[in-house]
Amino acid sequence: MELNATTVPLLFFVFVLAMFLGVELIKKVPSQLHTPLMSGSNAISGITIVGALVASGHDGGTAVATLLAIVAVVFATINVVGGYLVTDRMLEMFKSKAKDGGKR
Amino acid sequence: MNPELIRGLLYIVASIFFIFGLKMLSSQATARRGNLVSAVGMLIAVVTTVTAMEDIRWFWVVFGVGLGCVVGVLAARLVKMTAMPEMVGLFNGFGGLASLLVGWSEYHGKWAASGTLSLFTTIAIFLTVLIGAVTFSGSMVAYGKLSTLITGRPVLYKRQNLVNAFVLGALAGLGVLFCVQKLDQLSSAGHALVYVELIAIIVLALILGVLSTIPIGGADMPVVICLLNSYSGLAACAAGFVIGNNVLIVSGSLVGASGIILTRIMCKAMNRSLANVLFSGFGSATSAKAGGYQGQANPIAASDAYLILEAARNVVFVPGYGMAAAQAQHAVRELGELLRSNGAEVRYCIHPVAGRMPGHMNVLLAEANVPYEMLVEPQDINPTMEMVDVAIVIGANDVVNPAAKEDQASPLWGMPIIEVDRARTCIVLKRSLNPGFAGVDNPLFFKPNTRMLFGDAKASVAALVSEFKQ
Repeated sequence: MELNATTVPLLFFVFVLAMFLGVELIKKVPSQLHTPLMSGSNAISGITIVGALVASGHDGGTAVATLLAIVAVVFATINVVGGYLVTDRMLEMFKSKAKDGGKR
Repeated sequence: MNPELIRGLLYIVASIFFIFGLKMLSSQATARRGNLVSAVGMLIAVVTTVTAMEDIRWFWVVFGVGLGCVVGVLAARLVKMTAMPEMVGLFNGFGGLASLLVGWSEYHGKWAASGTLSLFTTIAIFLTVLIGAVTFSGSMVAYGKLSTLITGRPVLYKRQNLVNAFVLGALAGLGVLFCVQKLDQLSSAGHALVYVELIAIIVLALILGVLSTIPIGGADMPVVICLLNSYSGLAACAAGFVIGNNVLIVSGSLVGASGIILTRIMCKAMNRSLANVLFSGFGSATSAKAGGYQGQANPIAASDAYLILEAARNVVFVPGYGMAAAQAQHAVRELGELLRSNGAEVRYCIHPVAGRMPGHMNVLLAEANVPYEMLVEPQDINPTMEMVDVAIVIGANDVVNPAAKEDQASPLWGMPIIEVDRARTCIVLKRSLNPGFAGVDNPLFFKPNTRMLFGDAKASVAALVSEFKQ
């Protein structure tokens, strides 16, 4: 998408609405889930991997651009994969515990 | 159908997965599935992106993703639960670094493609590298502090605010210069100058990340981690503006919002403003009024502590960072079970800012299989604290410091605490009488109903357990 006077307000509109949505979604999270919520949302911030892939695939992009983008792909992937797995590991412990207690 | 349209729809589907994933993450019963849902959203977004790429350098993409997967899987598998705060800090920093590199790479890519950059694009690139770099270097400092590679104490120096103001001013100035340039009208010398500006912005932003994190003490790390989490989302969001992609903007702002909310919850739990956390150098040697409380602390041996616990009918554990540092969570759970089979009601009370990350203690107790039903919130237990026979404080300090409600001059004044000083007996497991991470003296240690069980938390709890087993 080309950034111009038409598209930027649209993108900004999405940004503002998503911020409000995020606040509403997370507002009532119980304190025992703060850590998994944080590492889970941290994994989502690895969405920048999409940006890294796009940047690595420009038609006729320069070598420097590709190099930077591939390094970005590496770090974003660590962020995504590590983030989701570590969150799952934590939540697995939470889950078995809830089962032992018998009630939710 | 038009492939562009299909991709657009798939990005919307990915966003919906992220939204539902986050919603499910905020409830105990659905959290694990929620994480999976959001991971599927990520997969959809990545696959969709790959199909849209004009010129895929397959070898490099596979290499990058493969390397990232190996490192990510190993890190996630091998990390100890007690080291979770620094792991989250590190991953967070990597996300910021990736966004920074995306912004930088797009500067080359977009310029090569169209010969110039619009004002919108340069502003978006500026914001991406700025936020990404601050997230990266700030997270690295947080990682260093949490893993004790560098001192956890606030690092303060003369004219700190002046230096910060200078860096901020320079960044703003360079930012304006960088954003307003017209690349198509510049000579090659002009191009080189613009590039120097970009590099200078990156370097200064990295410095800003370090400067804004080093004055923050270890006990305030939960706030910093939340804030950096928020920044990493905003960096991804800014990268979304650079490439004009809604899925980055949506998920980036969801993360940004969740980080902001967690930051607010943490600040509230300490009764301090965000500005106070970020700029006060809280817990530095200068701000703490050392030596304010003197008196006779009552040390106790494990064998005597056992006698008190053996007679107790109502016991509350209050864990803190010391439990994590000593890896004492399994021993604590064992002691709790012994107390329970001895007929006592056992509960665990966790302060929202205990430990080095929000919910840090919950994760450790979960790892040790402490049932969720045995946890109790501070505001629920405080009114009935007089009914508690023994409160066992394990490596917690500031969150049980009665100065918060007794001493208006204390830096902790007004912070909601767990009022263990009102329990019939309070046993504090601690290495020494030294003040906690915040550097604030704790009058709890000198109260007549407090007993100090000195030593490593794990060794002390193990000693109590073996007393019970005899």
